[in-house]
Amino acid sequence: MNDWQIIGSVVFIIAGLFFLLIGSVGLVRLPDFYSRTHAVSKSDTLGLLLVIMGLTIYEGWNLNTAKFFLISVFIALANPIGAHALARAANLRGIKPLLKDSEREKS
Amino acid sequence: MSVFFLYTAIGLTVIIAIPAYRVVKGPTIFDRLVGTNAIATKTIVLILLIGYLYGRVDMFIDITLAYAVLGFIGSLAIAKYFAIKEKNDE
Repeated sequence: MNDWQIIGSVVFIIAGLFFLLIGSVGLVRLPDFYSRTHAVSKSDTLGLLLVIMGLTIYEGWNLNTAKFFLISVFIALANPIGAHALARAANLRGIKPLLKDSEREKS
Repeated sequence: MSVFFLYTAIGLTVIIAIPAYRVVKGPTIFDRLVGTNAIATKTIVLILLIGYLYGRVDMFIDITLAYAVLGFIGSLAIAKYFAIKEKNDE
């Protein structure tokens, strides 16, 4: 195992954890349902892809590398699709987005 | 390197515990659904790190793949259910 391999994997995993933390904090702090889906879908997908890329660098060339690639492709497809389906269902149920002149509700 | 994976898994557990606030105290039901979706997404990474802690990554990757597919199917099914139910009410 190379030294540069370990350094690169640590850097990528810590960057991914940073983006996962941003997604969690945004889910709690943001005032509206649609902005919460925005925080969850984008930041979580980026953080997951960064962590899986770091684990791939740590693993090297293996059979596990192909499985990691499969997981990352599936996550990059499935996570925004799930968030979009939830937002579409909420829009059909009649949940209004928080616009500029609508009053801010306590949540 | 195993110590790094251990502390990363502990930090990730704290990160997973944060959206539980939104699950418990969401104003609408969709906020709760988004919270559970976020928890299921981050658990994928936690299972991978647990696989590195046990030293059996080749088994835990398959568990991760099955978990990701099941979480995605569940979220999509619940979203379709809520979208259809409104159409039948009116």
